[in-house]
Amino acid sequence: MITYLFTGLFALLIGYFVYFNAVLRPEVINNPYNSRQENFAKRVVRGKILASDGTVLAETKTAEDGTEIRSYPYGNVYAHVTGYSTRGRTGIESLANFELLTSNAFFGEQIANELKEEKNIGDNVVTTLDTKLQETAYNALGNHKGAVVVLEAETGRVLAMVSKPDFDPNRVNEDWESLNGEENSDGVFYNRAMQGQYPPGSTFKVVTLLDYMRENPGYEDFHFQCSGSMTEGNYTIRCYGKNAHGNEDLKKAFAKSCNTAFSSIGLSLDEDVFKTNCESLLFNSELPLDLPYSKSAFSLKGGAAPAEQMMTAIGQGETLVSPMHMAMIMSAVANDGILMKPYFLERVETYSGDLVKNFRPSVYGSLMTEAEAEILTEYMRAVVTEGTGSKLDNMGFFVAGKTGTAEYSSDKSKSHAWFAGFSDTGESDIVVCVLVEEAGSGSEYAVPVAREIFNAWNMERE
Amino acid sequence: MTNLIVELSKFAFIILIALYTLLSFSAFKKKSPGEVNYVWKLQNLLMFFIHLLAYVVMYLQKEEIKLLIFYLFQLFLLQAVVVMTQVIYPQINRLVLNNMCLLLAIGFIMLTRLSYDRAVRQFQIAAAALILAMVIPVLIRKCGFLTKIPWVYGIAGLILLAAVVVFGESSNGARLSLKIGSFALQPSEFVKITFVFFAAARLSKSTAFKDVVLTTVMAALHVLVLVLSRDLGGALLFFVAYLVMLYVAAKKPLYFISGLGAGCAAAYAGYHLFSHVRVRVMAWSDPFQYIDNEGYQITQSLFAIGTGGWLGTGLYQGEPNKIPVVVEDFMFSAIAEEFGGAFAICLILICVSCFMMFINIAMQIKNDFYKYTALGLGTLYGFQVFLTIGGAVKFIPSTGVTLPLISSGGSSIVATIAMFAIIQGMYLLKEDEELRIEKERKRNARAKAKKARAAKAEKTKERS
Repeated sequence: MITYLFTGLFALLIGYFVYFNAVLRPEVINNPYNSRQENFAKRVVRGKILASDGTVLAETKTAEDGTEIRSYPYGNVYAHVTGYSTRGRTGIESLANFELLTSNAFFGEQIANELKEEKNIGDNVVTTLDTKLQETAYNALGNHKGAVVVLEAETGRVLAMVSKPDFDPNRVNEDWESLNGEENSDGVFYNRAMQGQYPPGSTFKVVTLLDYMRENPGYEDFHFQCSGSMTEGNYTIRCYGKNAHGNEDLKKAFAKSCNTAFSSIGLSLDEDVFKTNCESLLFNSELPLDLPYSKSAFSLKGGAAPAEQMMTAIGQGETLVSPMHMAMIMSAVANDGILMKPYFLERVETYSGDLVKNFRPSVYGSLMTEAEAEILTEYMRAVVTEGTGSKLDNMGFFVAGKTGTAEYSSDKSKSHAWFAGFSDTGESDIVVCVLVEEAGSGSEYAVPVAREIFNAWNMERE
Repeated sequence: MTNLIVELSKFAFIILIALYTLLSFSAFKKKSPGEVNYVWKLQNLLMFFIHLLAYVVMYLQKEEIKLLIFYLFQLFLLQAVVVMTQVIYPQINRLVLNNMCLLLAIGFIMLTRLSYDRAVRQFQIAAAALILAMVIPVLIRKCGFLTKIPWVYGIAGLILLAAVVVFGESSNGARLSLKIGSFALQPSEFVKITFVFFAAARLSKSTAFKDVVLTTVMAALHVLVLVLSRDLGGALLFFVAYLVMLYVAAKKPLYFISGLGAGCAAAYAGYHLFSHVRVRVMAWSDPFQYIDNEGYQITQSLFAIGTGGWLGTGLYQGEPNKIPVVVEDFMFSAIAEEFGGAFAICLILICVSCFMMFINIAMQIKNDFYKYTALGLGTLYGFQVFLTIGGAVKFIPSTGVTLPLISSGGSSIVATIAMFAIIQGMYLLKEDEELRIEKERKRNARAKAKKARAAKAEKTKERS
């Protein structure tokens, strides 16, 4: 019996070892702390990073004398998403480091290279990035600081990710001092799309609405008389532009982004249920993302002051979110409540184009029921048809979304402009999330950026 | 060109050790003596190939002549052990002998690669220990009184362990060694043997409740002192070995179950009482979160194993020296990195075959003292292998015990070689016993036949 017991233990041990080597291994060795990766570079020429259509986003050029230069043909456009590999590694350069430094070229050829003492050529990584959408997003954001995320709702493929201010990955080494210098306080290396933490402003009303629906099955009977402001305790909430929206039902309040109505909803919500619902949407928790990100924060809890309740309901307060997380919530709405894990890598090929590995879409889980997703979609469509997102109406296809204008300091004249939404055609729809820092209202600054992206997508589609 | 040879050698190593492993397990099947002998010879041959190839590959990369000289010394030692042991003890268990030599050889190779000086020291100590170990089987055969002095073992062991707690040198948070001159001795390695002797002597005499309680108290004291010196791996080893011996001796599952219960309770208490236990568990459960401090060692180990993959990086192509205390606690990771996961699995299997053979031997011995001793030592060996490899691959929290015969460490290597020799001694006793029984049976049969013939003669006589 003792023999069986011990043999069993060893069988488990070997089983775990096999599991480690077969399943856990790639993730472990890709860890940036694993200095052993540097060794691969001595034997392998780093592979290319390609867009989904095969456009080269990063490649290594070897000079006559053997020195290697990593070149990024599109410069700043893909800076944050491809990253760089000259001073440490970031972005996909870090994520796919192992694949890029592994050669699966034909065996005989590798042996021949060994004999000639030449380096083998590393595998190419084909990303999910769409060149047209990335360039459109990059140009549409213009000189503003901010971020854009474009996802494919059904699969979670990341089609575009832009963060500004940016940098030229070709010059990271040369410009290292100035990019990190004190005069450069903007944090150009900081990927605002995933690491940025912003008050969500009115885009958060999607979350408030979902919680209100869950807490009040009779939500359709909601009626509110908006006079442009409301005061509770000694705190006053005003609607944007000091508009009074008059008599409104829930859908209209949402479409017009009525702060007053949503503040009163906020006062009626159970804070703890609200928090639980937010956490089911991945606030205060890890996100299923492969590149560095910041966790989103939601801190409202039982016994909060009325002012805090009201502000939280309209996305001011203490709540913080990244554009990527907002895009993920939208993608769940667009995808019948199911969140697909966002991913950047489509497949790995040898340098001659033979398939090495395919990455498949994977389901993260259900964030809401299909019915809830449907109602949210309907409400967000109203934002476009009769509310703050009207610049997205009449595009030739349906768009659903929510705008936001997030105040981030005591200076009320400054605000971040948000748009988060998706094309609503039922066919490989895209999710677009735009954040323009220190600009103004969402409908004025973020929606036009989204419009250009939707247009580009529509043209590509046809 | 060298690169190509390094690359190809990876495959050669894996094929050679896979064959060796296969032969190790085929030894458990019954075969004719001629066939079996052939298997052992083949195993030796495979071992020498692995050893030779490793040093050729290392020499090609380092081009240091001392490597070749060192190789020749090792070759001589290993060859001498294989030949001499067979000359002195023709009945020796060849699987145990071969495995010991192979593990030593792999240890020498990997240590040479990691630190030449340590490898030389290891070689010197191992050589001395191997020569001394030659007399152990004789001692066991001749000295019957060894079975009759349990308290000498028990008390001597405790004193040695306690001395470490009081005078010991602290390293990596645990007090493990005594400094005598320039030698650092790790008494717990040797106390393993006295401990097993103690328990075997006591349990073979009586398994009456009162005696069991007394024995258990003494065993618990050992474990407690080890915990005090923060040698948790050691404490766990002693505990498990005693539990197994008690279970087999008393044949009462209740003892085993209550022992396990007590062990779990102690582990729980230890977790809450000692911060270093919590640190180990924390580093195990999520090493990447504490990668800069507590989790550094284990993540480096995982990087090593992961980067090696199935085929390994090849000798000198990895960075096993990045793992802190690699030569003592993480030899397995170093081997997995440069020789590859497939090789590492074979290595585990070879250790398992060794362990299975130990238990096999134990179960065949009639004399209780020898039986329990073989069982206890076998369990210590098997469980230690499990702890160190399990820790290296993050299957269980790391306990900081050595990989027997492979890790660097004088006390560890001497004690392990002694353990192997003791088990060999017991195996020889068993063989003697079988020979005697065989002879007796033959003699009886002959006597019977004689009697029958006589009776028959009597009958014919009567008839006529």
